[in-house]
Amino acid sequence: MSRYTRQTQLKDFGPEGQKKLSQSKVLVVGLGGLGLPVLQYLNAMGVGTLGLMDQDIIELHNLQRQVLYTEHDLGRQKLEVVHEKMSAQNSQTHFNLYDTFLTKDNALETIKDYDLVVDATDNFPTRYLINDACVLLKKPFVYGALHGFEGHVSVFNYQGGPTYRCLYPNMPSAEEVPNCNENGVLGVIPGIIGTFQALEAIKVLTEIGEVLSGKLLLFDGLSQQSTKIGFKLNPKNLELKKLQDFYEPLDCDVVPAITAEDFQSLLGSKTRITLIDVRTEEEFMDRNLKEAINIPLDSLEHASVHVDTAETVYVVCQSGKRSELAVKQFQNQYPNKQFFNILGGMNKIATLCP
Amino acid sequence: MTILLFGITKDIVGAPTLSVPTASITGKKIPKTVKELKTFLGNTYPELNKLSSLAVAVNNSYAEDDQVINSYDEIALIPPVSGG
Repeated sequence: MSRYTRQTQLKDFGPEGQKKLSQSKVLVVGLGGLGLPVLQYLNAMGVGTLGLMDQDIIELHNLQRQVLYTEHDLGRQKLEVVHEKMSAQNSQTHFNLYDTFLTKDNALETIKDYDLVVDATDNFPTRYLINDACVLLKKPFVYGALHGFEGHVSVFNYQGGPTYRCLYPNMPSAEEVPNCNENGVLGVIPGIIGTFQALEAIKVLTEIGEVLSGKLLLFDGLSQQSTKIGFKLNPKNLELKKLQDFYEPLDCDVVPAITAEDFQSLLGSKTRITLIDVRTEEEFMDRNLKEAINIPLDSLEHASVHVDTAETVYVVCQSGKRSELAVKQFQNQYPNKQFFNILGGMNKIATLCP
Repeated sequence: MTILLFGITKDIVGAPTLSVPTASITGKKIPKTVKELKTFLGNTYPELNKLSSLAVAVNNSYAEDDQVINSYDEIALIPPVSGG
């Protein structure tokens, strides 16, 4: 008796469905609340190759929703723990491990080898990056996202169908929509939404049923109500020629930062520092720190003369957002120098020195 | 006209649904299109204006700004959500 009998005996799935699964390659981006249920089912059901991508470690506050992890796993790498547990669950699966986050530089190279991507991330920049990379490579991706007691599911870019940008053309800024860390999520909701994602992935791979393409499933846990919203392809969104130069910083931790308080004491310590203020000339004229050199965000190329002579460069703007982008750009341009974003920017500094 | 709210719009309004008058006794403009509805809601809840992408569904279909809306339509505000 084969281990997959219970599904191969289904008339609409059959041994053909199983064969398709065993030959399929799926990349799961994010090993958190959504990624874990997706993986557990795809692995159990016999998907041949699974790509696992995440760089986080397991923290105590993950355990209420990331139910594969135990207290013994705290402090360990998610990637390593998932690999161990998934290998024990199904020794026939081939695993590719990516000890990284998805970035503009690795996205196309990584995704090109897969049939399907599962977006199990927790932030907009990576979701938009997955969308654009999948559009360029003509790969479908299964989308899942959460907000509080609510979850959204869809399959984008499936056989020339609508994309994520057909629903949401513009990426929201970090301030306008909170993520799970700020907003919270009820532990069981990612389990439900991730399991829906696994179901859609299986349907895409085995070509059964009606794939959730051109439809956004909205699930409200509090009322147990599901709504499906239909939407159409905007053909412009398929005309993408390359990735954006730049997706917003993926996560505050990725950009090295210093608190305004620490920076303030650094200024007081009389160490010679290089500080670049990336606000507009007008804003700079209005109020500035005397140590600062003004190089507006749109003309960062003029910074080279200052960066070249410094070991470490601090970057400031009004609120800390533009300077975060600037640090990201600088890091790419000058990989050998150290850059720090000043958190909270001039707004915060103003509260420290009245 | 009842509007179903999802994601952050639910938090902004503080309720899962929102009622918009379809007849006016005060002479206040009644929204006739999706765009007018967005403006109307944005005046009452300025936080909504900050959303760079906000999908509106009319009768379970994604609606463009110029779509005409009627009092019997089922309308939903669906902002992007990011949690995972």
